[in-house]
Amino acid sequence: MFATTPLAYTYDGSFEGFLCCVFESYQWKQTPLAIHSDADGQALLLESKWIDTDSVKANRVLRSIPLKISPKAEELVRKGFWSSVPDKEMLLLNFLYLGFTHGPKVMDMLADDTVNALLKAVHLLNRESHHYMGFVRFTVYGPVMAAVIEPLGYVLPVIQDHFCDRFQGESFMIYDKTHKVALIHHPGRDAIIPLQEWIPPEPDEGEAAYRRLWQGFYDAIGIKERKNDRQRASMMPKRYWKHLPEMNGGLPSMRAGRPAAKRKAAEPKSSDTRQLQ
Amino acid sequence: MEKLEILTASAKYDVACTSSGSSRKSQPGGLGNAASMGICHSFAADGRCISLLKVLMTNGCVYDCAYCINRKSNPVRRAAFTPQEIADVTMQFYRRNYIEGLFLSSGIMRNPDYTTEQLIAALELLRNEYKFNGYIHVKAIPGADDALLSRLGLLADRMSVNIELPSQESLDRLAPDKSKQSILKPMGLIKNKITENRSDLVKYNHAPRFAPAGQSTQMIVGATPDTDYQILNLTEGLYRKYGLKRIFFSAYTPVVEDSLLPSLDTKPPLLREHRLYQADWLLRFYGFEAKELLDEAAPNFNPLLDPKCSWAINHPEHFPVEVNRAPYEMLLRVPGIGVRSAQRILKARRAGTLDYPALKKLGVVLKRAQFFITCKGRPLEGLKVGEHTLLRSLMSGHELAQFRQPEVEQLSFFSDTDLESLPVAAASAFRIGV
Ligand code: SF4
Repeated sequence: MFATTPLAYTYDGSFEGFLCCVFESYQWKQTPLAIHSDADGQALLLESKWIDTDSVKANRVLRSIPLKISPKAEELVRKGFWSSVPDKEMLLLNFLYLGFTHGPKVMDMLADDTVNALLKAVHLLNRESHHYMGFVRFTVYGPVMAAVIEPLGYVLPVIQDHFCDRFQGESFMIYDKTHKVALIHHPGRDAIIPLQEWIPPEPDEGEAAYRRLWQGFYDAIGIKERKNDRQRASMMPKRYWKHLPEMNGGLPSMRAGRPAAKRKAAEPKSSDTRQLQ
Repeated sequence: MEKLEILTASAKYDVACTSSGSSRKSQPGGLGNAASMGICHSFAADGRCISLLKVLMTNGCVYDCAYCINRKSNPVRRAAFTPQEIADVTMQFYRRNYIEGLFLSSGIMRNPDYTTEQLIAALELLRNEYKFNGYIHVKAIPGADDALLSRLGLLADRMSVNIELPSQESLDRLAPDKSKQSILKPMGLIKNKITENRSDLVKYNHAPRFAPAGQSTQMIVGATPDTDYQILNLTEGLYRKYGLKRIFFSAYTPVVEDSLLPSLDTKPPLLREHRLYQADWLLRFYGFEAKELLDEAAPNFNPLLDPKCSWAINHPEHFPVEVNRAPYEMLLRVPGIGVRSAQRILKARRAGTLDYPALKKLGVVLKRAQFFITCKGRPLEGLKVGEHTLLRSLMSGHELAQFRQPEVEQLSFFSDTDLESLPVAAASAFRIGV
C-alpha cells in the first residue's frame, strides 16, 4: 500500500494502541516492517518507533471501519486482535489497507491471502472459545465458584456473555492464566480485569466427592468395544486435559494432578483411578 | 456413587448426545440456559461427545427386549434413583459446568404409566423447585397414557421414543413386548403436541413450550438383517411424516447372549453406522433423497466409498460442474465440497473469478473434487482420470483405518453389492475433463 520503511512500530499491546499504529501508518503514508507490543519482548533487529496510545486517534480509526468497510469488519478486526496468530498486527494492518481501498467488497474476497489468513485466525479463536464453553470446570467454594483456563487466544470476551447469562445468579471467576486476566461476575455486574497470579485453594471434601462422582460417570459412559483414543484426542485436544477432573483420575486437587498425558492409556477402570487417590 | 455408575453404564448405548435445537435465555432466580448450537463438555474414551448427564432412572425392567442389557432375564446388578437424587446430581454437575443438561431415560418400572410419573416427578423438581433452565431430553415410554406424556413434554426440551429395530419383523422377533404401533403412537402424539403448541404460541405469548427442541429417535444397526436401504427409507419417512429433528444410529454392540442375535464376539459395525450418518447428512443438508443413494438392486452402502462419492461416480451425466456458475444445489453434490465451502464459493465468486488455488483456500478438498469440476471451463491441469487414480483419490484411507477394516462381518454383509464391479464399471464410463 504505502512505501515500506525499515522500521518496526512498538506499542503498549492494547487494542487502542494497535489502532494508533494504524493511524500512524496512514498519517505518514508508511508501512512498517513489523508491529510489536512491548510485552512481546522480542529482541528487535530493526530500529523501532514507539507509538503512544491516544484514544482520540484510536477512535477515529475504529469509527471508520464500519463506515468505510462494514460492521462485520469491525468484529473481524477485534476478534483478529484477540486471536493467537503470530504477527497478528501486520495481518490486521494489511486487512485494513485492503478494506479502506476496496470497501465492503473485501468481506467477500475470501480467496485473498490476507483476508483468508484473518478469517482462519478468527475461526480458530471462535473454535477455541466454543471449546471453552464446554471445557471450563468450576470448583465450588461455598458461595463462589472459580475456574482456571490456559487458552491460546484471548477468549474471555468471547465467552463472557455465555457464562454470565448461564450463571447469572452466581458469583464466579474464570482465570485466564495465559493472559493473566480474570472474568469476574457477581449477580448484576461483570468485568474482565488484569490479575497477575491466582492459585486456586484446595477444594473441600464435598467438592472432591462431586469430582469423583463425575469421574465415575465419565468412565462408565465410554463403550469399550468402541474405544478410540485418536478420535477423543482430536475432539478434545490434550492441551485441555490438565484442567479437566475427568482426565486426571478425578483427583480432588488439580494442582496435585498427574499430567494428563502420562495417565495410563488403558481404558480407565473406575477401580484403578480410585487407587490413585 | 456406585449407583451412578450402574445407571450410566446401562444408559450408555443411547446415542442422543446433542443438546442443540433449543435456545432458552436464563431467567432471574434460575440456573442455566440452553444454547442452540450444542456444547460438548467432554469426550469419552470412545471419542463420543458428552454433553448431557445420561442416566436411567432405573435399570430394572419388566420387559424382555433381546438386544437390551436391562432386559428382565439378564442377570445384571439393578439400581434406581429417586427423583430427588436425579435432580440433585443434575444441579451439582451443571453448576460445575460438567454438563449441558440431563438425558433421562428408564427401564419400565411396574408399568409405563408409573414409570412416566417418576420421570415427571424428577423433571418437576428440576424445573419448578430448582428453577433449572438447562437442557432436558427425556424418553417417552411407549404405552404410557397420553395425558402423562403431554405433561412430560411440557417439562422437557426434547422427547424421544426409540424405534431401535427398523422393521416390524425385527421387532416381533426381538422385542415381543413392543409393537410398531406402541412406538409410533407416542411419536404421533408428540408431533401433534408440538404443532398445536406452535399455533398456541402465536396466539398466546406465554403458552408453555412443548418439547421445543423437537423429537428424535434411535435405530440399532446390525442386530437384524435389515438393509441400509430399508433403514434409510424409514429415516426419510420419519423426517417427513413425524417431523423428527434427528435420527441416531447405533452400531449394535452385543451385550447379552441370545440365539436370535449376532454372537457376543461380533464387533460393532462402526463403518456401517458411519455411512448411515453420512447419508442422513445428505438427506438433511444436501437435498438428496433416499432413493437416489440406494435401491433394491444395491441395498447397502459401499464400505470403500462414502455415499456422496458413490452417487457422483454413478451419475457422470451431471458432471463436470463449472465452479464459477453452478447453482448452490449442484455445488453441494460435488464430492469434496461441503456446505461450508459451497457457501464460501458463492460469496467469493461475487468478488472475482475463482481458480484452483482459490478453491483450495476456500476449503474445497481438491483431491476429490478435481474429477468433478471445471474452473473457467477448464479441468485441473495434468489431471489423469484412470480408473485407479479416480478410485484411489475418492477412497478415504483415514476413514477406513479409523474403523479398523476389514471387519469380517461387515464385508460379508456387503458381499451382495459386489464391491469390485460397482465402482470400476462406473469409473470406466466416467469421461470428464479428458
Ligand atoms: S423396554 Fe427398554 S429397558 Fe426394557 S428391556 Fe426393552 S429396551 Fe430394555
